[in-house]
Amino acid sequence: MIAELGHFSLILALGMCVALAIIPTVGIVQKNTQLMNVSNSLAAGFFVFVAISFFCLGYAFWSDDFSVQYVALNSNSALPVQYKISAIWGGHEGSFLLWTLVMSGWTFAVGALSGGLTLDMRARVLAVMGALSIGFVLFILLTSNPFDRTLPVYPADGNDLNPLLQDFGLIVHPPMLYMGYVGFAVPFAFAIATLTTGNLDSAWARWSRPWTNAAWGFLTLGITLGSWWAYYELGWGGWWFWDAVENASFMPWLVGTALVHSLAATEKRGVFKSWTVLLAIFAFSLSLLGAFLVRSGVLTSVHAFAVDPERGMYILTYLVLIIGSSLTLYAFKASGVKSDADFEWGSRESMLLVNNLLLVVSAAIVLLGTLYPLVYETLYDGKKISIGPPYFNTLFVPVVMLLFTFMVFSPLSRWKKTPVQEFKKQWVGLVASFFVMLCLVLALAKEFSFVVLLVNTVALWIIVSLGKDLMAKVANKAEKIAALFKQTMSYYGMILGHLGIAVSILGVCITVYYSEERDVRMVPGDSVELAGYEFRFNGVSKETGPNYMADRGDVDVIQEGKVLLTLYPEKRFYPASSNVMTEADIEPSLFRDLFVALGEPLGNQAWAVRIHYKPFVRWIWFGGVLIAMGGFITVFDRRYRRVKVAKQEKSNHADGVAGATA
Amino acid sequence: MSSLNKSLLIPLIVFILLVITLGVGFSLKDPHILPSELIDRPFPDFQAAELHDVDRTLTREDLKGEISLVNVWATWCPNCVLEHPELLRISKEEGVPLYGVNYNDEVIKAQAWLRRYEDPFVFNIVDDNGKLGIDLGVYGAPETFIIDAEGVIQYKHVGPVNRYIFDKEMKPVIEQLRANSVATRTAGLDL
Repeated sequence: MIAELGHFSLILALGMCVALAIIPTVGIVQKNTQLMNVSNSLAAGFFVFVAISFFCLGYAFWSDDFSVQYVALNSNSALPVQYKISAIWGGHEGSFLLWTLVMSGWTFAVGALSGGLTLDMRARVLAVMGALSIGFVLFILLTSNPFDRTLPVYPADGNDLNPLLQDFGLIVHPPMLYMGYVGFAVPFAFAIATLTTGNLDSAWARWSRPWTNAAWGFLTLGITLGSWWAYYELGWGGWWFWDAVENASFMPWLVGTALVHSLAATEKRGVFKSWTVLLAIFAFSLSLLGAFLVRSGVLTSVHAFAVDPERGMYILTYLVLIIGSSLTLYAFKASGVKSDADFEWGSRESMLLVNNLLLVVSAAIVLLGTLYPLVYETLYDGKKISIGPPYFNTLFVPVVMLLFTFMVFSPLSRWKKTPVQEFKKQWVGLVASFFVMLCLVLALAKEFSFVVLLVNTVALWIIVSLGKDLMAKVANKAEKIAALFKQTMSYYGMILGHLGIAVSILGVCITVYYSEERDVRMVPGDSVELAGYEFRFNGVSKETGPNYMADRGDVDVIQEGKVLLTLYPEKRFYPASSNVMTEADIEPSLFRDLFVALGEPLGNQAWAVRIHYKPFVRWIWFGGVLIAMGGFITVFDRRYRRVKVAKQEKSNHADGVAGATA
Repeated sequence: MSSLNKSLLIPLIVFILLVITLGVGFSLKDPHILPSELIDRPFPDFQAAELHDVDRTLTREDLKGEISLVNVWATWCPNCVLEHPELLRISKEEGVPLYGVNYNDEVIKAQAWLRRYEDPFVFNIVDDNGKLGIDLGVYGAPETFIIDAEGVIQYKHVGPVNRYIFDKEMKPVIEQLRANSVATRTAGLDL
């Protein structure tokens, strides 16, 4: 009954977004403010009905209703309750319902928080979001209904949630990622709405900037969580695999990063107007492409969703309709747009242009590497090819290194024109960073590597130049602390974002170059040395969890004769799905992780044991969190609120006048 | 209305090329066959006991000679109970021999299970250590494979088989294989 209610509510949600796409559009055409005004209520209704539907599915999981096929396939009565809830998005159908919930949430938020928008613009934006949502809701109803029943014969118990996904990382990773993916629908809708007005000014950039930054922050957080989860859950100690699905989230991030910067230039200086629109279209298109790649089975990946050609065809059609029509609209409406201002080489505009070019090139490299296996398969009649880390590392790394070098200069560049001495001053920072890093590498690293020195110097150089810029902002002010508070949130967002990148660079570089690992056969009592630590294997015992049986290893970590700690890596068997999982045990710390995973039993109490020493690996994700924070705090920039308040007063006034005349 | 700037068409053109790639790549995949590394490969080699006659050794050769279904099942798997009526129906009505792989299980329990629910299988391969399951890339029981007369895997279905899946996905594969084998036989006669 509850499941049917969820299904019914979803049908009502479809009605809401169809209405949201049509009614305000009619209002715009007929210049009927009443019809335009309905958009807010429709957006709210859309959100409410999807939320009801989502709660119904949650209830089916919570109450172990295995007559619902999706629940039977993704849950089990023995599954701990928090995983029953997160199992809602453990499979294709439910995760797409979450996607749609997020979409309706963003739509609702745009409607509710867009007081500063003109009625006409708000109606346009919401109508675009409604039209996009029709495709999402229809997709669920037609091809991926999570409420399907298996009556009359239904299983006594469920198949269980994939053990890989029984984890805190999965509870939070998809919601964050979807907030980002789907969040790019907002700048997309703003861009399309502006194109339809035929008047491509820079106002849309100011409106969509906070939304874009928020979505981008969520996407950053989602990718960071995914990387962290892969590291501790997949059991082989990697944090990024250039896997097709990872790439699917990384491409919108790269283009989104370009968009975040380009929007700044468009808003502040009225330049790159049509380019920014194009980026907004690209960012959302790549999000959709990601959804297609993950859910159609066209590329094989570790993130396997149940594969169904019907779904793939549906998403491909949707993709063609949405992206095709928006690019066509772009081609016809974006012509004849003039920049409001000129700029010189070395100006902040030119820096942002370089940033954009490099980011788009790096996204193109990732796109090519992700799709090439598919093209190859097409050309060579089903022969498979795998494009791995060597391709990405060879092409991607040089481009981003160039990008990082520009990151040193761009924050201190000025609009229109930057005095050349500003750049020349930076060599001090370079030399200082170089020598500090040289000392650090010589003193601390096991072996000297020129690449590490170079990359870390750039990272430190970025930090130094950020620090210098912040100092310069307060240097000639009387009240230095007060001056710090006077800086805008956007400025601090930039500082945090760039700082996060530098921290991540340090983490990535040091982890890549100085990680050590050993795969060894160990019998109880054996010891092995790695990176100055002695790992002693004390054997394996049997453990029983709520829905699994485990072999639990016992490994002492010894330094200078003292037992520092004991790690308990597990090999778990989940009987309901007959999956075997490796649960690594990790001792995390700021400067190094110790990572022990249990491999296969080799007979006679011997086990294959994998031991990793991962220096600075935490910095990768810590940097990611900083970047996301940078994205979030710019949302609270006073500028956006001030605009809103001013407009609010104006529109209140206008309403008053209208009321008086009526 | 401003005139059309041709360079603005570039993104659209690039996109169209991309869509063609995706579309062709996507349609190349036979929609009836789930991607599996094993499709079009011979069934993995094995040597294992038969469930009801543990002295008998089964090998890959026992699967050859006829188009057949191989079902991976276990007593600990709730969905195997769910799909069982359909397996019984297939064994009675469809004229395709059904072989079982008893996966990660105990012989005594499995025998009792088949007594309780009725036995649709011609024979059962005992895979008590899960080795054949690994070679087959089994993700979770139940899984069902279609094998041609030469013992080559033609299709794989993950999860319980029901009437709908059988009629819509598996039967066309079987009929296609039958048609092919008739064609080769007739071709042989012509020679």
